[in-house]
Amino acid sequence: MSQAYEISHLLAGVMLVTSFALLYQERVAAVLNAFAAQSITLALAVAWSAWSDNRPDLFITALIALTLKGIVIPVALHRTVARLGIHREVEKVVGVGVALMVGLALTGLAQALVLKVAAGMASHAREELALALAIILLGFLMMIVRRNAVTQVVGFMSMENGLILAATGARGMPLVVEVSVAFSVLISLFVFAVFVFRIRERFDTVDLEALDRMRGDRR
Amino acid sequence: MTRDLVVQFLAQGAQMAFVLLIAPLAVGVVRRVKARLMRRQGPPLLQAYRDLAKLLRKESVIAESASWLFRSAPYLIFALTWVAAALVPSFASGLMFNWAADVVALVALLGAARALLALAGMDVGTSFGGIGSSREMMIATLAEPAMMLIVLTLAIAAGTTRLAGVADFFIAEPFGVRVSLALSLISLVIVALAENARIPVDNPATHLELTMVHEAMVLEYSGRHLALIEAASHLKLVLYLSLLICLFAPFGMAPATAGLSGWAIGLVAWIAKLLAGAVLLGVWEVSIAKMRVFRLPDFVGVAFVFGFIAILLAFLTRGVFA
Repeated sequence: MSQAYEISHLLAGVMLVTSFALLYQERVAAVLNAFAAQSITLALAVAWSAWSDNRPDLFITALIALTLKGIVIPVALHRTVARLGIHREVEKVVGVGVALMVGLALTGLAQALVLKVAAGMASHAREELALALAIILLGFLMMIVRRNAVTQVVGFMSMENGLILAATGARGMPLVVEVSVAFSVLISLFVFAVFVFRIRERFDTVDLEALDRMRGDRR
Repeated sequence: MTRDLVVQFLAQGAQMAFVLLIAPLAVGVVRRVKARLMRRQGPPLLQAYRDLAKLLRKESVIAESASWLFRSAPYLIFALTWVAAALVPSFASGLMFNWAADVVALVALLGAARALLALAGMDVGTSFGGIGSSREMMIATLAEPAMMLIVLTLAIAAGTTRLAGVADFFIAEPFGVRVSLALSLISLVIVALAENARIPVDNPATHLELTMVHEAMVLEYSGRHLALIEAASHLKLVLYLSLLICLFAPFGMAPATAGLSGWAIGLVAWIAKLLAGAVLLGVWEVSIAKMRVFRLPDFVGVAFVFGFIAILLAFLTRGVFA
């Protein structure tokens, strides 16, 4: 087993662990930090395969993942969450234990599935694909078990992290840069849309001044 | 041939003696580090030995309602834990009884000791003992499956559940980046914290607090019985530290073929790593707070999750599902 393979395996494994961290965390701020960690790991993984496979176009993908999803979106969400005053508990449909168990089952499912379906592929690409599929399914699960808009968006974006990881592992896919840029733009749009819509729904305005008036006590 | 046998026998005996002798020192180091970090003077390093000596001299007071189980449990617990601790390879991997040092056997020995302790805690019929026993069992039901998953991950990597075999494998194998092993390490650290009643699972420094677990079970013990139970818990700490060292940092350990000089190097390396582990434990305990009892299933559950991911990744690398 080569070192290049082991390091990409390690980074993909760390991403899977951060997916579980997303499910485990109860506070919105901690969820956002876990998401930032996952995006930074994704950037490292993509950069590593750009370096080891000599595909310089992937460096752009890594850079986008690092700046946009590792820094800009988490910071923006942190600020939004602070302004919305929802940085305490996350309401959930099911408990942490159940969510983790379901997550484990999904991880097992993803691996069994990929190893069966993609039996002909090279073992390196196959394993990366299995981990990526597990991360995508965990992102789905995250969107299902959370009720809070912010954490649902985080679940969606962690799903997208899994997609980029899968796209990186698959060779001969020159469109990956364009796809990831398009996705990232779409997601930032989604992030803002959710907040604007929710705020408008509650206050009939997109003006955040309304939140100050609704707070009641003044410091 | 006979001489070899005698040397081997002495080496195994030396390992049994070393774990017993160093255990209170390790506990003393942890307490000392904690005290110094809190800017307290702290007890001297040898205080744990003095405590044991004092308890052994004292009279043992036994409740009227206590049965034979209460009186015999400390001896059995001490014996089981000592055997388990002496089986973990410390300074050399090829000792006489290394074939018996199977991780599954180790888990079984510790499980038996825990069952006895829980029964003894309920024997007198006080509410504190009962609450301690039930909590101990709750933690154990979560920690033991995680432990078995770690064992299986290592068995997949090294091809054996024998500790000496696993250690030999990791000494011989050049250092590689393996996700499944990193995850098992985290998982084993959490299990070790839970099993040794350490912060954040339990606080070893309190006697009268509603959240205590281990101390609640042994509240009724005194004199030589308490000394044996304390010694057993010290041994358990050394056991888990040795286990972590043997599985994840075995460098310096003498391989099966080494002679006396190899053993001497192994011994020095083992003691140094053990004390380093004790210092790390002290720093860890000072840096975080104890968890609520009802948060514990989540915390120990993380060990299970990590163990499970580790074993999935280990399978994945080998392509066993295909």
